Amino acid sequence: MSLIYRLASRNLLHDRLRFVATVVGIVFSIVLVMVQLGLYLGFGRIVTTMIDHAAADLWIMPPGTKCFEDPSTLDERARFQALSINGVAQAAPVVIGYADWRIPAGGTFPIFIVGSDLREGGLLPWNVVEGSIEALAIPGAVAVDRSYFDRLGVDAIGANAEIRGQKVEVRAVTNGIRSFTTTPYVFTTLDRARAFTGTAANKATYFQVRVAPGADVESVRDRLRASLSDVDVLTTAEFRDRSRSFWLFGTGAGFALFAGALLGLIVGTVIVAQTLYSSTKDHINEFATLRAIGSSSLYIHKVIICQALISAAIGFCLAAAIGLIVVAATADTALPIVMTPALTLVLFFLTLVMCVISAVAAIVQVTRIDPVMVFTR
Amino acid sequence: MTDPVVEAVEVVKWLGRGAAQVQALKGVSLALRGGELTLLMGPSGSGKTTLLSILGCMLTPTHGAVRLGGRSTEGAGAEELARIRREHVGFVFQSYHLFPTLTATDNVRLALDVRGENSVRAVAKAKDALAMVGLAHKTNAFPLELSGGEQQRVAIARAIVGHPSAVLADEPTASLDGENGNAIMKLLAEIAKDSSRGVLVVAHDTRILPFADRVVHIEDGRIIREERGEAALAKNEGQCARHDHAENHERVENKA
Repeated sequence: MSLIYRLASRNLLHDRLRFVATVVGIVFSIVLVMVQLGLYLGFGRIVTTMIDHAAADLWIMPPGTKCFEDPSTLDERARFQALSINGVAQAAPVVIGYADWRIPAGGTFPIFIVGSDLREGGLLPWNVVEGSIEALAIPGAVAVDRSYFDRLGVDAIGANAEIRGQKVEVRAVTNGIRSFTTTPYVFTTLDRARAFTGTAANKATYFQVRVAPGADVESVRDRLRASLSDVDVLTTAEFRDRSRSFWLFGTGAGFALFAGALLGLIVGTVIVAQTLYSSTKDHINEFATLRAIGSSSLYIHKVIICQALISAAIGFCLAAAIGLIVVAATADTALPIVMTPALTLVLFFLTLVMCVISAVAAIVQVTRIDPVMVFTR
Repeated sequence: MTDPVVEAVEVVKWLGRGAAQVQALKGVSLALRGGELTLLMGPSGSGKTTLLSILGCMLTPTHGAVRLGGRSTEGAGAEELARIRREHVGFVFQSYHLFPTLTATDNVRLALDVRGENSVRAVAKAKDALAMVGLAHKTNAFPLELSGGEQQRVAIARAIVGHPSAVLADEPTASLDGENGNAIMKLLAEIAKDSSRGVLVVAHDTRILPFADRVVHIEDGRIIREERGEAALAKNEGQCARHDHAENHERVENKA
């Protein structure tokens, strides 16, 4: 085995305090990048949670709808027109909108109503842990997530409250349906949602289209676009992208997260570059000796890059361990930090790139070494 | 006579820039032959180390030529000169320049590693070289665990492990006591017995004259005299005797 790895590791460990500082710098930087990118992924997922859980192939929506939470409405005529299009099996209306939740003990809280027709499907609650979806048919029935019990002032199924002056009762409890806006989702029937949000009986926010078995989703979309006027027709994937793009980039949140990640990378690069540079300076005699005994520049560069990669590998492992703790700690929050295998790989690659870029200054320094200096030291 | 293993022909070297520029070598020619230990002697600033650096392809001459194994190094860039060094030249430095974090074996192996030789065979070669310099029992020792003489032996093992045609030593005994210095010179003289290898030792310590086959005197950037080792030794002993006689005479006169 070549001595490059041994030289590199011994150079690093020769000054342990500096090595620790290097690793801490990398860990700090990578954890910062991990948190920012994990938040980006988590945010990207949570803003489309409703779209992801809807049983729809296509969405008919008011023109210019930016995201799922946009409460503009459509006329029911669009639904009937859609049902007449070849390949459309179903067009389930969904009504959404903001309302106030008033608890008997006093106090109101903003909520986000999601109403669907129980027979046609649409957007019904999932992860029901208490009660049932069918129970929503009972007059005044609503479903809420148990993570919002405190905020909504309820403690169990059967709890009462008022929405827009109408009595409601919690008849189904879900688990993990959280909103990144911190406004709780409240599921109910279509009619009740219209009543709670003041939507007219012939209006809906979306029509969720299921295509007939064997029909091509994109062809049906194109036919709908050609036949319906003054609406947007998107596939679920297109709506997801539009929604995500609005929340991440339309609001600037995504840029802020990326800027944070970039800052982390810059800080990490500077820290590693500084420590590699000073380490190289300390070992300049040894590098000059290597050059004197005939090593190529490439050999010396390999030693420095190997030092950078060893630092990167150790720093990344520690950062990943911290990252896992952070992921676990935020799993049940409104905005969880998400780590995927792909993100882990990207972070590992970024760590390597960051450390190799950091080695440039040190490499430039050793490239200028004059081997004759071995005679004067 | 054998062909020179390394040869400088009419070498001129300017060092520094502008007003600080000095002519370190003023037309020096020197051939180092296999099977011979050549001693390069001269006062400080005479150009010894500059000449050693040029013969060892660490510096290039301003004018003149350097030939290694009969081939000119003219026009060679830094990487080509490095290749020539690792293939043809072994260096021994005054302050050893061992890697403190590597064992004796790994320090020797480095000379092979930079040539791309990194197999188990390279380890065996490094251990053989250490055995040759009498350090078979210290292969796993780190430099700080070795005496100065032992460290210089490791440096010599590193210089010879790749079988270079020229071994260039810069004041190899300067950091050692007399006994260790003699042992190192004995070792270098032994290495020089190989007819395929020439050894050049830069020194100003006349105590190592007995080990030289040839002595070259340099002063002010010029070679002023070349003589066989025995002749130089005899002359040096004569000078010492005259010096002792003069001192005794002075002492007697002072007493009187």
